[in-house]
Amino acid sequence: MNPYDVVILGAGPAGLAAGLQAHKSGAKTLIIEREDKLGGILKQCIHDGFGLKKFNEKLTGPEYAGRYIKMIEDENVPIITSTFVTDVSKDQDGFKLSLVNSKKGVYEIHAKSLILANGCRERTPKQIFIHGSRPAGVYTAGTAQYFVNILGYLPCKKCVILGSGDIGLIMARRLTLEGAEIEGVYEAKATPSGLSRNISQCLEDYDIPIHLSHTITKIIGADRVEAVEISKVDDRMIPIIGTETIVECDGVILSVGLIPENEIAESLDIKLDMATKGPFVDQNLMTLEDGVFSCGNALHVNDLVDYVSESGEYAGENALNYVKNIESKKERKLIPINYEKEKFLYVVPQFIDINSDNKRITFYLRSREVRNNVRIQIMGNSEIFFDKKYRFLKPPEMERIEIDLTDINHLDAIEVIMK
Amino acid sequence: MKELTCIVCPTGCLLKVEKISDEWIVEGALCPKGKEFAINEMTSAKRSVSSTVKTTFKNTPRLPVKTDREIPRKLIFSLMEKINEVVLDYPVSTGEVILENVLDTGANIIATADLKNKLQEKTYE
Repeated sequence: MNPYDVVILGAGPAGLAAGLQAHKSGAKTLIIEREDKLGGILKQCIHDGFGLKKFNEKLTGPEYAGRYIKMIEDENVPIITSTFVTDVSKDQDGFKLSLVNSKKGVYEIHAKSLILANGCRERTPKQIFIHGSRPAGVYTAGTAQYFVNILGYLPCKKCVILGSGDIGLIMARRLTLEGAEIEGVYEAKATPSGLSRNISQCLEDYDIPIHLSHTITKIIGADRVEAVEISKVDDRMIPIIGTETIVECDGVILSVGLIPENEIAESLDIKLDMATKGPFVDQNLMTLEDGVFSCGNALHVNDLVDYVSESGEYAGENALNYVKNIESKKERKLIPINYEKEKFLYVVPQFIDINSDNKRITFYLRSREVRNNVRIQIMGNSEIFFDKKYRFLKPPEMERIEIDLTDINHLDAIEVIMK
Repeated sequence: MKELTCIVCPTGCLLKVEKISDEWIVEGALCPKGKEFAINEMTSAKRSVSSTVKTTFKNTPRLPVKTDREIPRKLIFSLMEKINEVVLDYPVSTGEVILENVLDTGANIIATADLKNKLQEKTYE
């Protein structure tokens, strides 16, 4: 069987953009989605605020997904839904994928390049070590969102929210609108994790209190959550003994972070960056495994879907370029992008392939702490390629920097500096 | 003087708004929309509302909807009551009006997704 040029795993915003771009550029493309509907997590993100950068409009999640689904249909981009990828391995064409669905059973396809657009997962109760039994009524924010927005069930009547990530804030408002009472949002850190505008429009609008430097230390209840024990934490986020209070509630919603989904990348032994929890990539979003690309929230957790789509487009375009150049076998020459770990949470990409024709490089980065009036510089050997002053840098708000790095072939590293 | 976080776009400017001799003075806005937002907040705060309506369709029990323009903030819960009365038993497309001029606000409740999932499973050989 003829191999596909580009196979994309996942039909959320990253995968749809990647598939659309690869197909439009002439690649023999296939998008594989495990759910029966397209759009990924956008299907349940019914609030607005999506697409301000991409479409210059305020769209809801389903509307944003709908725009891409329409383009995918108009361009006839091949897609298979309700299909799982059970195994990926390398072969003479590039990659062999084992698929399973209810129509064709188990079968194989071949691909010259792969784009991993698997998105991310929520951190679960088990990953944050709360004491107590395991009663019903403990949900991740995304699960609560699925219950309310897709299935139409209210998962609790009075709940507390642990963590101040954006989905938690959005769910505080959503549950309030549907008649539940949100007793409060508890955040172990001293600053909120979510965007300021969500603190304002989701909490302040509805008089929902946020308690910074507080966490849940125990969940109480046998079959169903009956109460939680809340404690203050110190500046190392360790609970302070003697500060415990009991709050009655029938639900606990967790919004304690997202982790890129990379099981398939791991099965190919693709090296992951501990900072992003996604693969290391070069400016073409190619991982350290030739022919495997990563984009969207599988690469690093974004705060705006517009950037997710953008990275999907890059990956789609660059995967096809890779396929076109397989014959000429131009080896990559990767130089690292270094940054100060104490100042930045992460910088993507982590490498630049100086043999690549792509010299227009988009950096995505996050500050480790809230900072006012700092400069970010991108340089190599003392040559400055980028220098900008920022009024604010906040960890929840990713910065995007696009620069031309044409003449860097003599360099052996790029530095990203904050001062 | 009051401090507000602008919610118009993800930049989330920190605004300072103050009434000085019948004129609103807004500081901190990076664009004109921020100034407009701050003045509205002080006089008659408005919000868009997103929610879902019930349907009779088994594979899509809820359909997402939104107001097609902002409504006064104080009417949000009355609006939710209207939205919760709806039961859709016919297929609609994105943008279709479901409730017209709700609560005399001039705003319509419109669908934000297609009730019928047009894209059926496709295979490609």
